[in-house]
Amino acid sequence: MTEATSTSKINKPRQTIGEGPRTRLALIAVALVFLALMLIAPLVVVFFEAFSRGLGVYIDALAMPDTMSALQLTLLVAAIAVPANLVFGVAASWAIAKFEFKGKSFLLTLIDLPFAVSPVVSGLVFVLLFGANSVLGPWLADMGIQVLFAVPGIVIATIFITFPFVARELIPLMQQQGSSEEEAAVSLGAGGWRTFFLVTLPNVKWGLLYGVLLCNARAMGEFGAVSVVSGHIRGQTNTLPLHIEILYNDNKAAAAFAVASLLAMLALLTLAVKTLLEARFAGSLAAQRRH
Amino acid sequence: MTAAAPDRARRTSWRRRSVLPGFNLALGYTLAYLSLIVLIPLAALAIRSASLGWTEFWAIATDPRIVASLQLSFGAAILAAIVNTVFGVIVAWVLVRYRFPGRRWLDAAVDLPFALPTAVAGIALATLYAPNGPFGAFLEGVFGVKVGFTSLGVVVALIFVGLPFVVRTVQPVLEEIDRETEEVSATLGAGRLRTVTRVIMPGLLPAILTGFALSFARGVGEYGSVIFIANNLPFQSEIAPLLIVIKLEEHNYAGATAIASIMLVISFAMLFVINLLQAWSRKWFGHD
Repeated sequence: MTEATSTSKINKPRQTIGEGPRTRLALIAVALVFLALMLIAPLVVVFFEAFSRGLGVYIDALAMPDTMSALQLTLLVAAIAVPANLVFGVAASWAIAKFEFKGKSFLLTLIDLPFAVSPVVSGLVFVLLFGANSVLGPWLADMGIQVLFAVPGIVIATIFITFPFVARELIPLMQQQGSSEEEAAVSLGAGGWRTFFLVTLPNVKWGLLYGVLLCNARAMGEFGAVSVVSGHIRGQTNTLPLHIEILYNDNKAAAAFAVASLLAMLALLTLAVKTLLEARFAGSLAAQRRH
Repeated sequence: MTAAAPDRARRTSWRRRSVLPGFNLALGYTLAYLSLIVLIPLAALAIRSASLGWTEFWAIATDPRIVASLQLSFGAAILAAIVNTVFGVIVAWVLVRYRFPGRRWLDAAVDLPFALPTAVAGIALATLYAPNGPFGAFLEGVFGVKVGFTSLGVVVALIFVGLPFVVRTVQPVLEEIDRETEEVSATLGAGRLRTVTRVIMPGLLPAILTGFALSFARGVGEYGSVIFIANNLPFQSEIAPLLIVIKLEEHNYAGATAIASIMLVISFAMLFVINLLQAWSRKWFGHD
């Protein structure tokens, strides 16, 4: 049909076959409009609404004591959940990527389980486990430990939700790199930890960083699971996303969006670092392909 | 080390021998942590729903309000996954095949729903699609369609959260596809449309189905972005996860557990069917 030997500006790489220039433009336009309406517009609205009542309202919303305590709790939860899942991700990817054993794909499926479970169901699971009419709940309460409607419950639910992130990033990367470098290091006399820190870690550090960033973004932004286990006690068990919900339902939309803009900026930062890392990765991958 | 080698090989015949250390520690820690955080808690849910008893479970499962919420959650998730599949494939195609100014920005933007907290997305979408919001007023004025605070709003929210799954599963496969088969097809006289539908699409089908399944599974369980844009009326725009939250607030643990287990069983069953479809299409069209 329209086998254009492309002279159009849109098409830089050399192509002998492909769609005609009109089809190209139409497809690009469809993609651009769809992403602009579905993804970019909601992001723009967050910042627009946050500043809609002026800078004063914005700063007041952030300086509210409830916002401050929600921010502190969110940072605390992420500071526990992310390192916990980081250690797990490293251990799991070492076992899965560097060794061959039976049941590996089943183990991978189990690691992905939290992605398949609704956030609300994840929260429910911990309510059933630690609630008043469970086995563990009263026993822990006797020892003076409250899990549900308190910080420990929020931390555990967040760990569950963000469980696969680091492992998911690291496993394919480490599988792709193989284990010959580590085997060389070990046969030259390096110990296990030394091999890991001096050989493996430098090879996977950017993938590891990206996994940690994704894990962190989700840990700070988790809503459904945390909402179920938190009990919504203001100033005590409110994380930033729960605080946003309360402000929004109190008809304080500008304040809700002001707090939301903090999390939106975290999301933008995460995406920016990801894009930078990928540009770096693309360079090293291209170098590998040339050999 | 060499003296212990044959002994070790016999002991651990379920895995291939390796000179690398740390397998037992790494796997042991992985299994312990996995059990503690994921497996035991999920088992608690399974045990609790098994202890309900069949008659009680059936009474909850056939409650009209619960049936309506499940229908909405699964129906809206399927609709959103279809929309995401169509547009996700177009976006992936444009990102892989064409070069144009701003392509990198577009590529980065696709991940936004992964990074943006669902509550933030929820209030933003609710503001956009509310009757007095920019999109809501336009859609109602021009097409007479109400989106905000209706079941259609649920679909819009699920499109938002599910979009990256289709793009990110199709994109790498599209990058790997061998251009030469397309050239052969064109040389042999096939038109572009025929080449795309008969040569490229079959190879992409497993990735497309996977993207559809992931987008669907995410949509069924989604809560945060939906509850703000829907007005959450029973029988109209009340999703199943919200009904779980309501049952929990009423201290109706049996009801909450029953809804959760129905949701889990249906989503696992659908994912299983889609896995079979994928295996089938790989067998008939795939190269691996």
